[in-house]
Amino acid sequence: MHTAKYIFNYLVFPGFVFTAVVGLLTTWVDRKVTARIQWRVGPPWYQPFADVAKLLGKEIIIPAGARRTGFFLMPIVGLSAATLASTILWLVNLHPGTSFVGDTIVLLYIMTIPAIAMIIGGSASSNPLGILGASREMKLLFAYELPLVIAVMTSVYKAGSFSLQSILAHQAQEGIMLGSFSGVISFIVMLMCAQAKLTFVPFDIPEAETELAGGTHIEYSGGALAVVKLTKAIMFFVMPIFIITLFWGGISFSGWRILTSILKYVAIVVIFVLVKNTNPRVRIDQAVRFFWGPMFILSIAAMILAVLGH
Amino acid sequence: MSLAMKALKKSPWVFHVNTGACNNCDIEILDCLTPRFDLERFGILLVGSIRHADVLLVTGPVTRNCLPRIKRLYEQAPKPIKVVALGACGCRCGIFKDGYNIIGPLDKHIPVDAYIPGCPPKPEAIIMGVVKLLGTL
Repeated sequence: MHTAKYIFNYLVFPGFVFTAVVGLLTTWVDRKVTARIQWRVGPPWYQPFADVAKLLGKEIIIPAGARRTGFFLMPIVGLSAATLASTILWLVNLHPGTSFVGDTIVLLYIMTIPAIAMIIGGSASSNPLGILGASREMKLLFAYELPLVIAVMTSVYKAGSFSLQSILAHQAQEGIMLGSFSGVISFIVMLMCAQAKLTFVPFDIPEAETELAGGTHIEYSGGALAVVKLTKAIMFFVMPIFIITLFWGGISFSGWRILTSILKYVAIVVIFVLVKNTNPRVRIDQAVRFFWGPMFILSIAAMILAVLGH
Repeated sequence: MSLAMKALKKSPWVFHVNTGACNNCDIEILDCLTPRFDLERFGILLVGSIRHADVLLVTGPVTRNCLPRIKRLYEQAPKPIKVVALGACGCRCGIFKDGYNIIGPLDKHIPVDAYIPGCPPKPEAIIMGVVKLLGTL
């Protein structure tokens, strides 16, 4: 019985189907807001769904010289990891009882897997640009993980526990993490790291449309590309929810709190899109310097403030 | 009509290649993506890799050096792929037709689905050509 329930949770709600639909809608919000910023009309709401449906109907090409296993397995590993992260987060938010000890750490690990999957997929594609993208993705991963983890630890320290349930309970009792200085600082650090994790401009260095022409996923076509796009859409959905859970009191479907939950989510998505549209791409060395310099210092400052009780 | 074809009509991704044109058509293609014409309304995107493309947009007569490349690109593209010849050069070699390095128009070498003449064609003409091409799907 429990197994069936978990399989349902993973595949339908709040797992794959739900996350994929909302994630694709989020990418539409991204494209529409981008278009409006550039004074264009933008695509209709069903655009991401049409893209995925089209890609599923196209031929999948294996480049000569590519390693088949790595090339095909990796998008699927990335997709299942992203779905798993979303399932854990939503279950904790909707039914706090499903939280387990250390699920924050588990989530941090799982959310790294899509990036690693893209690294392996890019290197397996035997395309020089794909390999270059993979190497950049690896450097970017090293750059942003450090401040990201320290920012998460601020929230964990204040709640006094590694489980998301107690972080949510702590926020319900003593006000959201954003209400304190340390919370605001780590929230900003988290937003920047999420921007890099989603490989959005200014940190789209591994993909670099104009330079690497897609980077890590340059050789993917048809259904495999659809899986890559879905993974990105799902991560776009997971990151704001993760930030809201840690710093902004979580998501709830009860009564009118559903409205505030959606507002929080849309607010963070719009921040992402605005940062994305008002910044040029930085070089990989600039990105590493940015994360290991200012962002690292800020996150350490937030940690010290949290220890001092601010 | 299958679902995949319906979806293809709603999101044709374009890969653009210049096989020896004077660059004027390429500027007009970029014009189509500007706020005034905004092809993204119809789901049309310029992509950077032929593996992601549904439409191969070729400007220019085919030069000797370009011929193996354009053939290779056509083979590398995931099917179904539509080929559009853009501009007077893409259709019939234009003013370059007597050049020593030109070996015939595009449709001599790979199958072409739509021709958009003009030197260069206006953005409106390009949009009309694309709409007509999508109508044949």
